Amino acid sequence: MKSFRPAIHGWLLLLPAAAFLALFTHYPAVATFWHSFFSTPKGNRPARFVGLMQYETMLDDPIFWIALGNNLVFAAATIPLSIVLAIVMALWVNEKIAGRGLLRLAYFTPTMLPMIAVANIWLFFYTPDYGLLDQIRGLFGLPAWNWLGSRDTALMCLIVVTVWKEAGFFMIFYLAALQQIPPDLGEAASIEGAGRWYFFRRVTFPLLMPTTLFVLINAVINAFRLVDHVVVMTRGGPDNTTSLLLFYIYEVGFKFWDIGYAASLTMVLLAVLGLVACLQFFYLDRRIHYQ
Amino acid sequence: MSDLKQRLAVAVAGLCLAAGLGSGSAGAADLSFYYPVAVGGPITKIIDGMAAEFEKANPTIKVKPIYSGSYQDTITKVLTAIKGGDAPQLSVILAVDMFTLIDEDAIVPFDDLVKTDADKAWMKGFYPGFLENSQTGGKTWGIPFQRSTVVMYWNKELFKEAGLNPEKPPQNWAELVEMGKKLTKRDAGGNVTTWGVQVPSSGFPYWLFQGFTTQNNAILMNTAGTEVFFDKPGVIEALQYWVDLSQKHKIHPPGIVEWGTTPKDFFERKAAVIWTTTGNLTNIKANAKFPFGVAMLPENKRRGSPTGGGNFYIFKKSTPEQREAALKFVKFMTEPKRAAEWAIATGYVAVSPAAWETPEMKKYVAEFAAPLVARDQLQHAVAELSTHENQRVTKALNDGLQAALTGAKTPEQAMKDAQKEAERILKPFK
Repeated sequence: MKSFRPAIHGWLLLLPAAAFLALFTHYPAVATFWHSFFSTPKGNRPARFVGLMQYETMLDDPIFWIALGNNLVFAAATIPLSIVLAIVMALWVNEKIAGRGLLRLAYFTPTMLPMIAVANIWLFFYTPDYGLLDQIRGLFGLPAWNWLGSRDTALMCLIVVTVWKEAGFFMIFYLAALQQIPPDLGEAASIEGAGRWYFFRRVTFPLLMPTTLFVLINAVINAFRLVDHVVVMTRGGPDNTTSLLLFYIYEVGFKFWDIGYAASLTMVLLAVLGLVACLQFFYLDRRIHYQ
Repeated sequence: MSDLKQRLAVAVAGLCLAAGLGSGSAGAADLSFYYPVAVGGPITKIIDGMAAEFEKANPTIKVKPIYSGSYQDTITKVLTAIKGGDAPQLSVILAVDMFTLIDEDAIVPFDDLVKTDADKAWMKGFYPGFLENSQTGGKTWGIPFQRSTVVMYWNKELFKEAGLNPEKPPQNWAELVEMGKKLTKRDAGGNVTTWGVQVPSSGFPYWLFQGFTTQNNAILMNTAGTEVFFDKPGVIEALQYWVDLSQKHKIHPPGIVEWGTTPKDFFERKAAVIWTTTGNLTNIKANAKFPFGVAMLPENKRRGSPTGGGNFYIFKKSTPEQREAALKFVKFMTEPKRAAEWAIATGYVAVSPAAWETPEMKKYVAEFAAPLVARDQLQHAVAELSTHENQRVTKALNDGLQAALTGAKTPEQAMKDAQKEAERILKPFK
């Protein structure tokens, strides 16, 4: 009896969190998987089992492939850019320079703003003719450019917004990690005559790897999760050039009310993220040096 | 991913909770009324005032307006609430979502609710142009409330500067091009500082495009909402004209033009002529620092514009008392006097001829004649594109239009692709 009590205590303490996780994470995920094998109920027509039909539809759906492709481009651009920028900013504000606190605050500001607000601010930057970007271009006599209305630049514009928004957040983690690095390492290196770049490449960066893994996982999730700016800035246009996977799922689910198809699209997103997470946890994690 | 599910689940739970709070403790004749805020101005205050006035006249009925975001948000919230078993009794939703609401078995036709001859006469009192989008299969499913059409606004000062008669806007397609060339101004470096004409194409380009197709005497769909005609020569020609405005004549901004900033472009003199909704009239009147005019869209083979905007719908999951109360409220809101008041406050087109005969409306248009243009254009107006699976079909058309306007496809190719996609979507309804 005595040995039972701590276990019961433990479980009771875990129960609220476990219940919420089960209710809002595990149950919806399983339910979505289940629903992806059914047709969408309409009015008096109930859902019926259709097997893999929703997945077959997906293979023939050009917009799904466009959204997936866009999302891969989006991820391939935002993840490395925001991480590199975050490291550079963290190194910069880790130095003992005047106005350091202010600079840190400035770098962190984009993170504190809600994405909807950020998107609206950038919407103004990108406005043709009198938007900030075009006013600057105007000073050099360059013509106005329809940033969000052209196929060539629309996705790139969203990438810039995302990097701008995320880099500050990742910087905080790097800054914390940099301050954990013992100063004697730097002193020893300078006695040995190591240059700054060499020191960064051989000492700082390897020591930052655990943080990089954590940031990388977050960056990957965000690359597939952040679509607020798509809703505000382009609604997926022009002609689906900025449609990301989650945005397309939202459109199918809550605009077209094709719940069954939306469920199967969600499973694809889940599979992509699961795969990437496995890769990161089981492969990268082994190659990282923990202090 | 789990984060997404979590967010979705919380959002849905929150919605259900909100709907529950709205109607959970509802009595026999309490109505929850979802209302979308679609144009600028103190709209919620006006609606609250009208609801209070109604409650004063009908003390047994309580109306609770719930402001539910944009039109898109509103239909999403309403359908989610219905699926959660907690539907509102009444809502204003886009007229074109009629087929979607019927397919979801969400609404009741007004024909089943009206009993007296006076009620039947009331249903016939609206402009036929607005009723076109509210009826199918011989029944009336929606009652016109905040309705609009596309009109053309022009900057009289820029007309004068370009040596044009400021009182004569372009009357047809050829004149639009000709005047547009004179109105388009370039600086020394060849960069455009003022565009001759601007037609927005973000979000819902199909609506503006329907202006072009109607003028070219082409129709986009059948009245049953089961067939579309996107690849007919008249439609392709209309798109070619729109594309040519920017690509051939260089009098229209290239790429996709944002709907939301188009009025601002007009205020900033970046565009001399714009096409937008009559719902923007009050906004433009308040913010344009120069004399401007409002005109019907130019004609080609004929005049034409689609109608647009929202209708009242009454939902199926309601008690007979609630339906009766809801009908009473809809009648109250569309009375000529109130329709006139609403039109003056917002810029929407007053929905019945009787509203234009009220003293308030007569006084208003005597001082400011612009609203008459929208009314007079109604006789040339056609029903807005609306089919079964409406959001999907319009997306197919929107994608095609944006592909052509950004130069990725020729108008012909774009419309053929859109037609193919729409036919695939509509196959189950044949």
